[in-house]
Amino acid sequence: MTRRGSGRLAAGLVSPTLVVLALVVAYPVISAVRLAFYRREDGIDPETGLIRAGERFVGLDNFAEMFGGDSTGRFLDALANTTTFTLAGVSLEVVLGVLMALVMHRAFRGRALVRASILVPWAVPTAIAGLLWRWVFQADGVANDLLPGPPVLWTTDGFQAWVAVVVADTWKTAPFIGLLVLAGLQVIPNEIHEAARLDGATGWRAFFSITLPLVKPTLLVAVLFRVLDTLRMFDLPYTLIGPGKEATDTVTVLAFEEAVTFGRFGPASAYAVTLFAYVAVVAFVFVRLLGADVLGSRR
Amino acid sequence: MRARYLGIAAIVVYCLAPFYWMLVSSLRRTNDIFDSSPWPSPLSFESYTAAFAPGNGFLRALLNSFIVAGVTTALVLLFATLAAYALARVEFRFKNAVLALIIATSMFPGISLLVPLLRLFSDIGWINTYQAMIVPNMGAVLPLAVWNLTAFFRQMPHELEEAAQIDGCTQGQAFIRVILPVAAPGVFTTAIITFIAAWNEFIIALSVVNRQELKTAPVITSQFTGTSRFDSPFGTQMAAGVIVTIPLVILVLLFQRRIVAGLTAGGVK
Repeated sequence: MTRRGSGRLAAGLVSPTLVVLALVVAYPVISAVRLAFYRREDGIDPETGLIRAGERFVGLDNFAEMFGGDSTGRFLDALANTTTFTLAGVSLEVVLGVLMALVMHRAFRGRALVRASILVPWAVPTAIAGLLWRWVFQADGVANDLLPGPPVLWTTDGFQAWVAVVVADTWKTAPFIGLLVLAGLQVIPNEIHEAARLDGATGWRAFFSITLPLVKPTLLVAVLFRVLDTLRMFDLPYTLIGPGKEATDTVTVLAFEEAVTFGRFGPASAYAVTLFAYVAVVAFVFVRLLGADVLGSRR
Repeated sequence: MRARYLGIAAIVVYCLAPFYWMLVSSLRRTNDIFDSSPWPSPLSFESYTAAFAPGNGFLRALLNSFIVAGVTTALVLLFATLAAYALARVEFRFKNAVLALIIATSMFPGISLLVPLLRLFSDIGWINTYQAMIVPNMGAVLPLAVWNLTAFFRQMPHELEEAAQIDGCTQGQAFIRVILPVAAPGVFTTAIITFIAAWNEFIIALSVVNRQELKTAPVITSQFTGTSRFDSPFGTQMAAGVIVTIPLVILVLLFQRRIVAGLTAGGVK
């Protein structure tokens, strides 16, 4: 086939996907940036006394309000929660996930059972997982039954609510990281481990200087996707704790409330655009500075 | 040796205990819902009856979830298979740029897409329609499906198409008659993963639909109310949660090997 012919074929094959993505990703992103500079105005114009409706260009007002206006407190809380959920959640998940992978890698019996059970937390819908943990963390629920000391009001607000969300998120996603790392472990040839053993590297030493560097590419991609996922966290804080909480509202919860509950698309877009910029910077750092090989092109 | 089994047991308990608790709680009577015995006694299906009570609209919500996730999966598979075939097997300029672009779209936070779409949908009368859930959902899962399928298509030997073309097939015919049958397991795996992702979608369905009859199962379950607005009917919610999760658990049990292969294909290859 000629080069031009295959180019035309490829264009035909790829275009349905690109059209869908242009419609539901590219257009909204551009539109969100525009909306962030507008605000809905319903009410009476103070100058003319006429009723006006529609949207008005407000410049940077929506952003100014986030960084030094009425909603600053809530926004900065949400930004802090989004960041701390990501740092705490993903770190815990990576440690637990790597441990799980190491255990599974050495297991010969019961592999099918482990593989099936490890997929269960991944398969449970996040919103349902939120309800499940809300039930576990009730004042007279099973978490308080199992823990010593006076009952904790987990699902109200405050640090304990933050902990509850991190626990639920870790439960749901650590096994997934475990799966990815296990797959990375399985492609390491056995000879490498044997050679290391002959050279006297055992236990933790072998883990840190042989195993970990070899699974690093897999782990880095897994961590990147988990970080991006956690930065947009919504379902868990929304169903486990509920919106409007200082300690657990994420930026997405805030933007959702503005848009869906109050119909204020301007401020909602300003939140969304800020989150978008945040995510873009983090993704850039992972791909460029840490060298996460997302396309799998270097191997 | 014993430490190994302990480790395995710990993983299984970690993964299954919370799910087990949901199951046990759903099988208690409403009166002993706060019991902490490890199994329900007496066994009761009260909560399941309550979940399916006509006023809740839960059965309809399950149907809605099947429609939304089913149509999303069918369309995504069609589009993603075509795109992935081009990206893996056809030589053309900007190939890596296109793949990078498609993967990059999965990194956008959902909310920055949702806010403008919500406005667009209210302008064009799409609020409270299936397509308002399906189309954004497609955008959310397409990148993953394309990525997965590209990895599968790349694994196949090039001789396959060459042999087909020597036998007189065009590239299109070679794709349909030779490549697709060989790639069927990969396509099937991607279908399962896509279906699970679409079934679990929450924020879009929560935002673009407010009519009770069109809500999906996870949304309805999260909005169950008890006798008062602030009273959470936990038994009913746990029963509904079990039912929403069961189709996925069955898929996982049946196809665990394939799902694991699919989930790790992009990340490790």
